[in-house]
Amino acid sequence: MNQFLFVVVPYLCLTTFVVGHLWRYRYDKFGWTTRSSQLYENRLLRIGSPLFHFGMLGVVGGHVIGLLVPQSWTDALGISEHTYHVVAVVGGLVAGVMTVVGMAILIYRRRTTGPVFSTTTNMDKVMYAFLGVVIVLGMWNTIAGSIMTVGGEYNYREGVSVWFRSFLAFHPDPNLMADAPVGFQLHALVAFGLFALWPFTRLVHVFSAPLGYLTRPYIVYRSRDDDQLGSHQPRPGWDRVG
Amino acid sequence: MKVMAQMAMVMNLDKCIGCHTCSVTCKQAWTNRSGTEYVWFNNVETRPGLGYPRTYEDQEKWQGGWVLNNRGRLKLRAGGRFKKLLTIFSNPKLPSIGEYYEPWTYDYATLTEAPAQEHIPVARPKSLISGKNMKIEWSANWDDDLGGSTANAHRDPMLKKIADKVRFEFEQTFMFYLPRICEHCLNPSCAAACPSGAIYKREEDGIVLVDQDKCRGWRMCVSGCPYKKIYFNHRTGKAEKCTFCFPRIEVGLPTVCSETCVGRLRYIGLMLYDADKVLEAASTNDDQGLYEAQRDVFLDPSDPEVVREAEKAGIARDWIDAAQRSPIYALINTYKVALPLHPEYRTMPMVWYIPPLSPVVDVVAETGEDAEDTGNLFAAIDALRIPVEYLAELFTAGDVGPVDAVLKKLAAMRCYMRDINMGRDPDGSIPEAVGMTEEDMYDMYRLLAIAKYDERYVIPPAHAEQAHSLEELATECSVSEYGGGQHDLFGEGSGAPTPIAVENFQMLQDRQTSESLAGPEHKGSRVNLLNWDGKGSQPGLFPPQGDDS
Ligand code: HEM
Ligand code: SF4
Ligand code: SF4
Repeated sequence: MNQFLFVVVPYLCLTTFVVGHLWRYRYDKFGWTTRSSQLYENRLLRIGSPLFHFGMLGVVGGHVIGLLVPQSWTDALGISEHTYHVVAVVGGLVAGVMTVVGMAILIYRRRTTGPVFSTTTNMDKVMYAFLGVVIVLGMWNTIAGSIMTVGGEYNYREGVSVWFRSFLAFHPDPNLMADAPVGFQLHALVAFGLFALWPFTRLVHVFSAPLGYLTRPYIVYRSRDDDQLGSHQPRPGWDRVG
Repeated sequence: MKVMAQMAMVMNLDKCIGCHTCSVTCKQAWTNRSGTEYVWFNNVETRPGLGYPRTYEDQEKWQGGWVLNNRGRLKLRAGGRFKKLLTIFSNPKLPSIGEYYEPWTYDYATLTEAPAQEHIPVARPKSLISGKNMKIEWSANWDDDLGGSTANAHRDPMLKKIADKVRFEFEQTFMFYLPRICEHCLNPSCAAACPSGAIYKREEDGIVLVDQDKCRGWRMCVSGCPYKKIYFNHRTGKAEKCTFCFPRIEVGLPTVCSETCVGRLRYIGLMLYDADKVLEAASTNDDQGLYEAQRDVFLDPSDPEVVREAEKAGIARDWIDAAQRSPIYALINTYKVALPLHPEYRTMPMVWYIPPLSPVVDVVAETGEDAEDTGNLFAAIDALRIPVEYLAELFTAGDVGPVDAVLKKLAAMRCYMRDINMGRDPDGSIPEAVGMTEEDMYDMYRLLAIAKYDERYVIPPAHAEQAHSLEELATECSVSEYGGGQHDLFGEGSGAPTPIAVENFQMLQDRQTSESLAGPEHKGSRVNLLNWDGKGSQPGLFPPQGDDS
């Protein structure tokens, strides 16, 4: 069972995530967009979207540090377990609260603004359901697990994180996950579900975060026959003459 | 010197009758789809007026275009790259749909399917955005022909600049029309504002396009363009803009708006310019110096040195020939009657305008004086400061000098030609008074008044060796190949892009065979009578016909 939940399922999801993105990028570049709804509604978006996104960037950063940096490294830097814990919990709480509040505003806006609601696809709804559950479970782990220590002390950096790194190294150790509190297990599983959905939702926009903007020249020139003519790629099997 | 070619347009505002034919034909060709109901690549606004979207010229508010920073270097008015990325999650300067208008259609079925009844049935307006009943409060041409001007016109940002001198009084007003398309700028701030680099300027002809495959819907370009000529397609989540009808231009045809213009007031041709000088010219210190600075960027296509450099830069011989015959070059540089729209935005726009003399002529005519007499007209141009200053706010950042000069040339041409048309001896002192020779004046008259199709549009086709792959001639693929696709896999707008011509065909067909009124089940399936081309019948428009008929 553990083998299935913490080895098979995550790898299946990861594969879907990677292959899905490649496939979508290949066949649906035109659909690759944030599908901004700002044209319809501005007031709520102006508060909700930055809150959510900046919170989310904090959350992602936190996960990178928490999951990928082994405890031995921070120990080596002389950061005590306690200091790390306090920083992580405070940072996590701030980012988490921003994300939750931002997302609440965004969902409220999606539901109540007529035009925004009518352009909400089923995929959006499923995506928000997964995203919401992941975030709520994550908050629960932080608040209930780390602050109020419901169900006993648990240091995820000795359990979940190690499992995650073993997973990335293709040497998964499901037992580490099996010993984690249920909140962590669920959080991870739903998150993997979200990853599997990811390439089929608007979340693909995350991978086109336009960092290149900082370095490219302002005005882009392109030749008409760059590598394709007209608005469409040559179909497979057709070679250009001349 | 780096010679580049630019496809450019000049519009002679004196001849615009404000019929909106250009807007409608453009819409039919390009934005006749769901998601682009409010999109007018070509729009015609009455001036004084608010423009479209409302007050778009108020850059204090919308922050479009470029400004100089305190070191004298160009920067985007809305802020640099970091600021753009930090505000990407919610663009603070994006006009809402209300600044354009909420597009609508009518529920015609209630009329056509109404039973005999005592009261006349009413077709209610339905929003094409939400699908609900709506109250119409604004539209693309709400203030057309100064409609509602006493309430609105004083909000015209250009009138505000000179408003301490005038209170807009309806009785003493003047009016003209300003048709607008994308300016296909030499220094496009839309492209500079695009985080993904999806907006590009074509090297061959300078047409500015949005790569629909690269656009990620960050919607920064909409606020970057000071002319607000980038529109956000709210169905596909991608930015769209005027394409200068590139599929037509490539085969030597004028744009749809030009082709169909009732007043035949549009001119299309090439300009050669020195790409190395653009940035410097756009950074000219003085706003009012920008008009001259931009003219300095243009190269004389008859200059052998320029021709040599152009050939070195790979510009084909027939393109250089076309540049030499370009009506645009003649109007901008030889006769100097065309002026750029809002040079102070520093984007180096490439659709120029011949300012209208008619507000002045009308006033003279109303006084009963001879409106074709140079003395009267010159005096009127000097006396009628309000229209002239207003024109200067539009075309020369407020500098009345060049506007005065153009209006006097137009006035002189009017008077000079009257003598000829009346069979009197032409009066050489008239052209001389505006610094022109009689021959130049006659040539200018020819170009402005009677030029034929091939003189108004000097468009060298793109090269034949590429023609099989160009949009309008694409022969590789049959229409049916594009019919299906994977439209709905990820919701609206997904799937491989279709060639533009085929796409519009497909959308038209989808729409004509769709069942729904406003609520779109499918991206191409809305019924909208505004977009109806008269072919086929719109579902819901006529009662269903019996099977036996
Ligand atoms: C890091 C770079 C990112 C950028 C530049 C970015 C940018 C954007 C933009 C421009 C929108 C459209 C807002 C609008 O005008 O309607 C958007 C929407 C959205 N983004 Fe992001 N995003 C990023 C990362 C993320 C991440 C990490 C997540 C979540 C895992 C996320 C989730 C969403 C969601 C759910 C929406 C839809 C909001 C709504 O309208 O309901 N984004 N994003
Ligand atoms: S006018 Fe056209 S080219 Fe110029 S900034 Fe606007 S959209 Fe770009
Ligand atoms: S078609 Fe010509 S005359 Fe009519 S509004 Fe357009 S530019 Fe003016």
